[in-house]
Amino acid sequence: MEHTSLAHHLILAGLLFALGLTGVLVRRNLLVVYMCLELMLAAATLALVAFSRFNKTMDGAVLVFFVITVAAAEVAVGLALIVALFRKRGSVQSDALTTLRD
Amino acid sequence: MPDGLFLFFAALTLGAACMLVASRNAVTSAMGMILALVGVAADFFLLDAYFLGVLQVLVYAGAVMVLFLFIIMLLNTDDPEGAYPWKAAALGLAVFFLLGAGVLWLFHWSGAVASTPAGATPPELSDLPKVFTTSAKSFGRLLYTKYLLPLEIAGFLLLVALVGVVSLSKDSTEENA
Repeated sequence: MEHTSLAHHLILAGLLFALGLTGVLVRRNLLVVYMCLELMLAAATLALVAFSRFNKTMDGAVLVFFVITVAAAEVAVGLALIVALFRKRGSVQSDALTTLRD
Repeated sequence: MPDGLFLFFAALTLGAACMLVASRNAVTSAMGMILALVGVAADFFLLDAYFLGVLQVLVYAGAVMVLFLFIIMLLNTDDPEGAYPWKAAALGLAVFFLLGAGVLWLFHWSGAVASTPAGATPPELSDLPKVFTTSAKSFGRLLYTKYLLPLEIAGFLLLVALVGVVSLSKDSTEENA
């Protein structure tokens, strides 16, 4: 640990967030989009843990605990929504969902 | 130069995340997601957050990703066959390089983040009492004193999510009968 600084961890978190955002913008498969959202959450928690460690407080780490809790609940509800959507439409591709546009 | 373990796990995480974003097969994407989350957990360990690392592996790579894989295999979610979406790939690469350059500038070249080594406290913060421990015990103490109300709300949120998922996944045709 002596050779990594806060900037290294923040760069890793930022690149991970950029990859997740790219996936959300580019992919059409709703499940993959959802996984990319989770990746962005994981990147944010990584930055929080790094700040917490280098600032020597526990509060960031406790916030990560709550983020993990909320993410678990969010995944359950989101996947149930996707399954309900698949039942109604028979597809999880986002180009197939244009009812509001047409 | 950062140490070898950090570089190894950073490369693993970013490579797995690329696999997640770029793969056309949803199962391969999920495998990339699991690898990326394990890499993030390893980085938690490198940052001395052992409890959070274990939690990340158990909750994310364990429970959440099993749920994802279950849904992927339940629904037939493969992308439609056809020509490789070059336009989307080019757009994605452009977005990623733009964002990546911004991240590198912000955290490396702009000098906004001081490169203080681990443990060295910035002078303006040094007179505050600092409590950073690696034990799960200190988590429990904070959760049940300072963060008691958020903890209660999180528990209630999990209950609401449970009830919501049950009512969402009930077959709507039952009600019409």
